[in-house]
Amino acid sequence: MKASPMVEIKNLKKWFPMKSGFKSKSNLKAVDGVDLHIYGGETLGLVGESGCGKTTIGRTLIKIYEPTDGEFLYRGGDSSEGGVDIFSLSESKMRPFRREIQMVFQDPYASLNPRITVHDIISEGLRVHSMGKSREERKSMIAGILEKVGLRPEYMYRYPHEFSGGQRQRIGIARSMILNPGLVICDEPVSALDVSVQAQVINLLEDLKHDFGLTYLFIAHDLAVVKHICDRISVMYLGRIVETAETDQLFDNPLHPYTSGLLSSIPVPNPHMRKIGKREIVKGDIPSPVDPPETCRFVKRCPRAFDRCCKESPSLREVSDGHFVSCFLYD
Amino acid sequence: MPKFFYKRKLDEIEEKARPVHINSYRQLVWTKFKSHKLALFGAVVLIGVAFFTLLGPLFVEVGYEDMDFSNLFSPPLTEGHPFGTDELGHDVLVRVMYGGRISLFVGFASAVITTLIGTIVGLLSGFYGGIVDRLLMRFVDVMLSIPMFPILITLTLVFGSGIMNIILVLTVFGWMGVSRLVRGLVLSIRETEYVMSARAMGVRNGRIILRHVLPNVIPIVIVSATLNMSYAILAESSLSYLGLGIQPPMPSWGNMLQRAMNYILGTTTGTNPWWLTVFPGFFIFITVLNVNFLGDGLRDALDPKFVSES
Ligand SMILES: Nc1ncnc2c1ncn2[C@@H]1O[C@H](COP(=O)(O)OP(=O)(O)O)[C@@H](O)[C@H]1O
Ligand SMILES: [Mg+2]
Repeated sequence: MKASPMVEIKNLKKWFPMKSGFKSKSNLKAVDGVDLHIYGGETLGLVGESGCGKTTIGRTLIKIYEPTDGEFLYRGGDSSEGGVDIFSLSESKMRPFRREIQMVFQDPYASLNPRITVHDIISEGLRVHSMGKSREERKSMIAGILEKVGLRPEYMYRYPHEFSGGQRQRIGIARSMILNPGLVICDEPVSALDVSVQAQVINLLEDLKHDFGLTYLFIAHDLAVVKHICDRISVMYLGRIVETAETDQLFDNPLHPYTSGLLSSIPVPNPHMRKIGKREIVKGDIPSPVDPPETCRFVKRCPRAFDRCCKESPSLREVSDGHFVSCFLYD
Repeated sequence: MPKFFYKRKLDEIEEKARPVHINSYRQLVWTKFKSHKLALFGAVVLIGVAFFTLLGPLFVEVGYEDMDFSNLFSPPLTEGHPFGTDELGHDVLVRVMYGGRISLFVGFASAVITTLIGTIVGLLSGFYGGIVDRLLMRFVDVMLSIPMFPILITLTLVFGSGIMNIILVLTVFGWMGVSRLVRGLVLSIRETEYVMSARAMGVRNGRIILRHVLPNVIPIVIVSATLNMSYAILAESSLSYLGLGIQPPMPSWGNMLQRAMNYILGTTTGTNPWWLTVFPGFFIFITVLNVNFLGDGLRDALDPKFVSES
């Protein structure tokens, strides 16, 4: 499995140019040199505070945003042996990958067009990719996928507003899954849902992954959500990856001070434990991503920062087998 | 055979969905529209007004140019003149009917054309952004800064002041508001996750515009179309006042009203011919009002979220 990852993202950058009066060349560096790799069949968690650039990564990968720099090598589906760089494809060459790579959006309300029926929402992708020979056949495919995601097939005639948040998210999931994708990017798929339905939707995603043999990039803003479903986790801070490791490794032996901070801020279910465990919560707010200085991005909030951290910027290095960290403590 | 299996299963599904949900979109819209009492009322009144102006003249022998010199400034209910007569002995009822044809036509035609142009410009500008947006919006700015009246005067001098010229002028100078409105809305729709989802799946721009963007701006477009119709009917009357609108003896509600203004303080003989203002004014009023009721009802009926009571 370790041999060659299905997805390799190298030095991904997405800068949003900002117009600010006379200071012409200001950039909001939402994603600034991210390396990720995802093995076929696994779930990679991408975790970080809100605003650190997770959604931007997702949207850049499906080319809703034009990447500023970087490579996105994809070896799944019917791409050639060495993989293709998705970013270098023209829109017409990109077409098959617009089926192969799917995204589940964060907001179940904003992600469904309120003016078309569930049938029309789900069938759109089928038509674009010429799946299903006739209207009847597409309808029965839709009936099938609705059942698969836990909705009644006759719901296909309804409009989105007739559903709860959890049901809407299932519709969004059906829309992606019916295209038989290889890689699914789940952008905080449950963070907008009631706590009571979050687990159901996560279970659904896990079942689908198992049944369809999917690979997930699972975005979340806290570690608690991803702990049980991810094989590996990448922790992100202000546009960069600070640590990547297998889930157990990351939880048992976090290397980056930011990861430790995140871990200790997970609420402990047992109240006795809570008193004992010393909590190292990350203090302060996330700094501005507009033209950040070339230091370690975390230096202002880091309890273990030393002089080198203010002078240069660390890069992501593999310090033990499969455990990557971007911190001068391990240099 | 699987095909047979699909068919049976689909029939079953449709059977379950039928009572409420399988109605076609058109049926759905109609059901909701019917339950919007005010809109229904508006539609009935407008149909009434349309019949009155289109068919009314067929039942009277007097034309709009015919003058009855024995009855100048006769009040309503005078023998043979239910709505009275004006300073030249024209029958007001007949002129209101003929004038309605023109006012309704001018109003409807310019509302439809301005809305169409405005919507298309707004969609393209908002959706494509960038250079397309900048060019179109600068053009809108230019159009808005051109003073309408000098152009109008020139146009009427060159082409005369026919109905088509009035409509032309009202549309050439009337679409910018709609385009700005639509553009603003499209800018936010373009960034929604459902549009992103369509993009991510490879849906082409043309289809995204027609399928995802347009249906979501239609309610606003309809309301602004009704406002434009009201505006055009009223604007035609101001144009008449400047001698640029529909010219007498041909009547329009607007020019009837404008001419009646001369006698608003009474005639030289001391009578106050209020009927010259009240009748065309009343028809303008109920038309504009009911067009707006109708627009409201259509907007709600086209919105799947709007659940009608009753
Ligand atoms: N379309 C955009 N234009 C400009 N700035 C953006 C855009 N999208 C996101 N950003 C900025 O990029 C940063 C990262 O945002 P985002 O990727 O949404 O973070 P996350 O998903 O981790 O909460 C934020 O500072 C946000 O304001
Ligand atoms: Mg986000």
